[in-house]
Amino acid sequence: MLTAKGYPNRLGVWGWVGGGRWGVERYLYTLHRLTGLGLVFYFLLHILVTSSRAFGEAAWAAAMGRVTGPLFTIGEYLVFLAFAFHAANGLRLVFIELGWGVGKPFEPVYPYKTSVDFQRPLAIAALVLAALLAAAGTLDFFVLHGEVTP
Amino acid sequence: MTRDGKLWTWHVLAGVVIFVFLGLHMLIMHLDDVIRIAWWNPAGGHPIDWANVVARGKMIFFPITYTVLLGAALFHGLYGLKNILFELNLGTAFKRTVALVLLLLGAGLFVYGTWAAFAATALARSL
Repeated sequence: MLTAKGYPNRLGVWGWVGGGRWGVERYLYTLHRLTGLGLVFYFLLHILVTSSRAFGEAAWAAAMGRVTGPLFTIGEYLVFLAFAFHAANGLRLVFIELGWGVGKPFEPVYPYKTSVDFQRPLAIAALVLAALLAAAGTLDFFVLHGEVTP
Repeated sequence: MTRDGKLWTWHVLAGVVIFVFLGLHMLIMHLDDVIRIAWWNPAGGHPIDWANVVARGKMIFFPITYTVLLGAALFHGLYGLKNILFELNLGTAFKRTVALVLLLLGAGLFVYGTWAAFAATALARSL
């Protein structure tokens, strides 16, 4: 997939997505943890807030009233973006865990192939999936609903 | 396999369950204007309007899948949080406290959330 042109270790512009010591996956790991922390914090509060529906219409209206407004819409949108990334990247991690989509193991014979060549397409696919989910969410939050009032 | 190895496997499995049911939850709650499906928002308007909450509450599908999602997400989230906190290396007493607090928090919220899901269905059906 990636071949050095002329110089060893020189991958050109494609090296931005396929090369480097700290691969894209290492940043995805950081982002996965950050979004995970955000999601779990939101989720614990979400259980308490939405459980109010069991107490009837007035309790539900009161609970929803407390979490309405532009600030909460932005917050919810960030939660949606975190969900989009964490879901797509999490799916990639399941694939990696099961060894799917990264080829079969092979003997390391010189010239060595880097594992990046096999794992990077999965990372790109995960990011494309996350971007599609995020785009759908953005459309719903801000274009079709038009909920954010000045 | 070690105990932690087993818990990690459950973490991954819970992740797959969450992918399915949280995906559905997001379709219903946040992609309702992109993909309109009357079945889960029969009253029209916003998914969190009381009429839609009642309509979904009447279907047994929702309390059951909410409970599955609640359990899977609580385990997945709190186990992930536990792993991050354990990596801070703040000693055995800290680890024990964290493990106990997260376990009690998870169990408590699971019981409360499950009760709320089924109580909401009972309420919706009585209306």
